[in-house]
Amino acid sequence: MSVVEELVLEPPTFVQRARRGEPLVYVLSGILVLIVLCALFAPLLAPFPPNHGNILAANLGPSGAHWLGTDQLGRDILSRLLYGARLSLLGPTMIIVFATTFAVALAISSVWIGGWFDQAVARLLDTLFAFPGLLLAILAVAMIGPGLLAPVIALTLAYTPYIARVVRTVALRERHLAYVESCQVVGLSGWQICFRHLIPNVSPIVLAQATIAFGSALVDLAAISYLGLGVQPPQAEWGLMVSDGQSALLNGSPWESLSACVMIIVVVLSVNILGERIALRNERAA
Amino acid sequence: MRQLARTVVGALITILTSSFIVFAALSASPGNAATILAGNRATPKTIKEIAHRYGLDQPFLSRYVHWLGGAIHGNFGISLQYRVSVASLLKPRIGTTFMLITLAGIIILVLGIGSAIAATRFPRLGMPVTIGSGLFIAVPTFVAALILVELFALQVSWFPVLGTSSGSITDRLWHLTLPAFALALSWAAFVAQISRASLRGEANREHVQTARGRGLTESQVFRRHVLRNGAIPIVTVFGLTIAGLVAGSVVVEQAFGIDGIGSFLVQSVAAKDTNCVMAIALILVVCFVVVTAIADMVYWLLDPRVRSGLGR
Repeated sequence: MSVVEELVLEPPTFVQRARRGEPLVYVLSGILVLIVLCALFAPLLAPFPPNHGNILAANLGPSGAHWLGTDQLGRDILSRLLYGARLSLLGPTMIIVFATTFAVALAISSVWIGGWFDQAVARLLDTLFAFPGLLLAILAVAMIGPGLLAPVIALTLAYTPYIARVVRTVALRERHLAYVESCQVVGLSGWQICFRHLIPNVSPIVLAQATIAFGSALVDLAAISYLGLGVQPPQAEWGLMVSDGQSALLNGSPWESLSACVMIIVVVLSVNILGERIALRNERAA
Repeated sequence: MRQLARTVVGALITILTSSFIVFAALSASPGNAATILAGNRATPKTIKEIAHRYGLDQPFLSRYVHWLGGAIHGNFGISLQYRVSVASLLKPRIGTTFMLITLAGIIILVLGIGSAIAATRFPRLGMPVTIGSGLFIAVPTFVAALILVELFALQVSWFPVLGTSSGSITDRLWHLTLPAFALALSWAAFVAQISRASLRGEANREHVQTARGRGLTESQVFRRHVLRNGAIPIVTVFGLTIAGLVAGSVVVEQAFGIDGIGSFLVQSVAAKDTNCVMAIALILVVCFVVVTAIADMVYWLLDPRVRSGLGR
């Protein structure tokens, strides 16, 4: 009895996986979770209100009261960095959630329906793919006006083909496997097969692609804010902080720009490596 | 020849479609052009007159055809902000942007492909190249710009901090060096990763082992057998990269205060100067499509399998 119990295969536990040589993945996930927690609990963690400044104490270096110093309006940089995490992460999250939804819907339906519909979708994706997201976002701002809305819509459009192309390729392979046919023989409807079998089976690929896309979306969105076309002052956002701090940097107090730069690099680097690891695991599993 | 024609026609269709999208999107933007041109104290009557003078009261499609016809001849209408022709504003700026992108392209070629070749030839360099490219690929252009300014213009004053110079060509190049590096950095890392994967894949193939078995030296094997075949995907990626540089130049020009068409685009968007925005958007899209088409054609020239229709 006890022998049989020991033979039952169980998925590796958290600790086992960490021992098996994936510590990097856990460290990076930990960093990202920490940053998300900072964003969520910014009001509790931040030592000062983000827009509260004392112009007489502007451009100070790090000190006991202001750990990362103050910006050109005398606002606490650490507090703004913590609050800035909210908008800086919210934008790319929205973009990736929308883009992934559209991409999966487009790719799965085009693979399922096939024929001319598939051709048309493939052509549409190729055309959209030809436009750099940044340029699309700038044009959207010219059309709708500055803010978070225009770039989020434009970048959603730009990232949809990026995810959809990969999903389509994988779903196409999956579509012709025997299990889909056997599901049809059993009498499952197309919707049921797509939702219960096809989408769950392509989801690891979707996850890898969406994770990598998150990093680029964050960079594009921060670039738009940096250009002054996205989130508007006095709101705190990392891209905006980089540009806000630029004149201070030229005058010898680089703290605001550089700390925002470091946050962007840390998040993008972590997300990139995580995405690559997920993709690698998918390849091994395939 | 048929392939060539197909590429050209495809590119033309993309340009035509995107020109329509650009026009449709921006002629619906807030702030009617005639109202802006007429100024603050305009009466409805003068607005109407101005609208008539610039053909703004025409139906949408005829305005589009008129605009496109002008654009083909390099006439993009009047800047709403400066009241002079858009073309005269763009002409001096295009050269600067072109120089910036060319310089960045050369840096990418040397750094990106160079490090990939070095890492393939000398495995000891593999680790540093992996770490370096992984790190730099995560550095956004504007972040790279600020860090480079802090390091090389403020800490050690090797390069000027901001701006363009109107002086001699060497002086202009000197002003554009830091911006070009900022623009090139993450793309060079991207190219390095792709090229490395391609070269490594090629280096493990059987024909390479055969060449080695025939007694060729390592450098002959690399040049004749690995590099030639491995170069094919690199060309495609390099085309994509140049296209990305066109978009990235907007950010770099703004960061360094360079007066090129990229920073002018941002300025025009902020000033709601739709005529300038449409002109620059169209120019950038055309560059983008042309570069992609050229990369397609080079790919086709390099790979006889594609040319003969055998596919890959």
